[in-house]
Amino acid sequence: MKIIVPVKFVPDLVEELTIDSNGTALDTAWLRLIINEFDDHAVEQAILLKERGGGQVVVSTIESEGADDFLFTAAAKGADQLIKLTGDFTGINNHALARAYAALLKEQNPDLVLTGVQAHNDLDGSLGPLLAEYLGMPYVGYVSGLAPAAGSVVVRKEYPGGLIAEVEVKLPAVLGIQAAEQPPRYIAYSKIRQVMGTAKIEDRPVAGLDLEGGVTVGRMFLPEATEKATMLDGDANAVADRIIAIFKEAGGL
Amino acid sequence: MEITLSPLSKTFSKTFLDSLYAVKEGDRIRTCLQCGTCSGVCPFGYIMKYPPGKMIGALRSDFFDHVIKADSVWMCVSCYACTEFCPSDIPITAALMTRAKEEMLLAGNIPSELQSALENTQRYGNPMGESPRKRSDWTTGISPEVNILGKTRQPVEVLWFVGDYASYHPRMIPATKALAKILNALGIKFGILGPDEFSDGDSQRLAGERGLFEMMVQKNGQAFRKFKFNEIITTDPHAFNALKNEYPTLGVSYPVKHYTQFLAERLDQLKPLLKNEVKAKIAYHDPCYLGRANGVFDEPRALLSAIPGLELVEMSHQRTNSLCCGGGGGGMWLDGFQWEKAHTRLSEWRVREAVAVGADILSVACPYEPPRFEDAVKTIQEAGQLKVREIAELLAESMSI
Repeated sequence: MKIIVPVKFVPDLVEELTIDSNGTALDTAWLRLIINEFDDHAVEQAILLKERGGGQVVVSTIESEGADDFLFTAAAKGADQLIKLTGDFTGINNHALARAYAALLKEQNPDLVLTGVQAHNDLDGSLGPLLAEYLGMPYVGYVSGLAPAAGSVVVRKEYPGGLIAEVEVKLPAVLGIQAAEQPPRYIAYSKIRQVMGTAKIEDRPVAGLDLEGGVTVGRMFLPEATEKATMLDGDANAVADRIIAIFKEAGGL
Repeated sequence: MEITLSPLSKTFSKTFLDSLYAVKEGDRIRTCLQCGTCSGVCPFGYIMKYPPGKMIGALRSDFFDHVIKADSVWMCVSCYACTEFCPSDIPITAALMTRAKEEMLLAGNIPSELQSALENTQRYGNPMGESPRKRSDWTTGISPEVNILGKTRQPVEVLWFVGDYASYHPRMIPATKALAKILNALGIKFGILGPDEFSDGDSQRLAGERGLFEMMVQKNGQAFRKFKFNEIITTDPHAFNALKNEYPTLGVSYPVKHYTQFLAERLDQLKPLLKNEVKAKIAYHDPCYLGRANGVFDEPRALLSAIPGLELVEMSHQRTNSLCCGGGGGGMWLDGFQWEKAHTRLSEWRVREAVAVGADILSVACPYEPPRFEDAVKTIQEAGQLKVREIAELLAESMSI
């Protein structure tokens, strides 16, 4: 089975986010990118499938700071082929990303495409369904485990309220991974360093981005303080009395 | 836990043993008497399926696969108690335990709490996953302003390697500020690396991540080379241990002192500034990597004894026989794992000892300890009003700064 994992990088929320001078996007000067957490699970699930039943795992991402380190780490986990899309990705949205990946995936001819089910910067829908549409493949999202069958896979799909369904999906298919069957593994840094000396990253230039279908951001802003809160000052007893009075007034007590 | 009595691979025990011989003094493992002292003195030996002595037994019996399959080596807090009391002077902590953790890590057998600390170190240069840009945020409000070398590029006498927990941990920041004020009061020309500083990496090394440690040495080494200074002081005994004993083996070599040594050398200058009485019975906890691993026992006590009004008392475990707070060797990031195994914490044991000698304050000199011991105080009923204070905090209090 050939499994491809197209990976997305997202802003790292450990760093403060700032908004650029146009007020419509994040300021990229201070932005640090990190792998989308769900994509990390998609990579793990792909490696688990390979370990269980053999097959080939291709991991791909777009050029950015940290992309090479990520790809080498994936190779140390067991990925067989590493592909980096290169070019100018300024202003990229998921529609454009899906089109760029679709072109690659058509050539690669995979049995299974695993993506993270969502990312925190999905403004125009998540990547998986878009990819499925452009590739003409079925899509199932919120997947937390799967087992290959003849010409298909049986996936565990999570529903709200703690319900889980088993769904059989014909291959080739795109799956949105909610969680791998085990947490993404740790790879000792010495192993990653070894792989850096041997693994090869294939660069694949992307000519231009087709942004059609994405959203236009009118205004991006941090949560704004309003005047709705009243701060109570004074000693604890007085404040407590006042709170009780307010609750009574509002009908809460 | 999986145990089979089928014949086991001879090669693994053999290869592992060979790798121990490669560690300094590692061949002393041949002289093991199987006396069991190491397992007895180990604070978690009673809970380990394979305490150190049994590990050596397993190695000799070509049985070491079982040790690696069991996860009890993650109970090791690298406190050096086994090494200290081994009658054959076997480097148990540095060779056997650390190498075993390296094997666990390579095999992917690693508790998830530890995994995230290591991933954070790799990505952010600190195990907590804090923003590297905020590493010097604690300096806000200190006057005269703390010299951040990357900004000022001024040569200094002393490079203060602040370290992870002293830079970021909300409980440690007051102690870090206290030390900055003390250095200012003594007129020391000092600077910090700020965002150029990375984790010392020592606890990660002792948790089995040698490669990550080497990466940290490389990054800190690059930072040191950029600036002019005469010596390094550290808040963290783990950083002190790394810079003193491990960094030089990788070509990064500078004179280094723990801050308690540095201040004890200036006790004559410090004493007249210690004006306020601190009326309390104080027990001092020897940090493993200051005391047992590096022989610094007297300087912290000298500093405490210089504070007027203070009465220093000794707990039952002290000096070479000190009891680990539980944070070493990766223990800082294995709290849940170790709790599940032991249903007790070493920090709680230590707090009980402080209470038993009637201490009002448990004083410490390692940034792992204030949060660990304060948490323990909250869970030990008889601990009552016991306070946990960094030595720097007590000095600053007596100096009214």
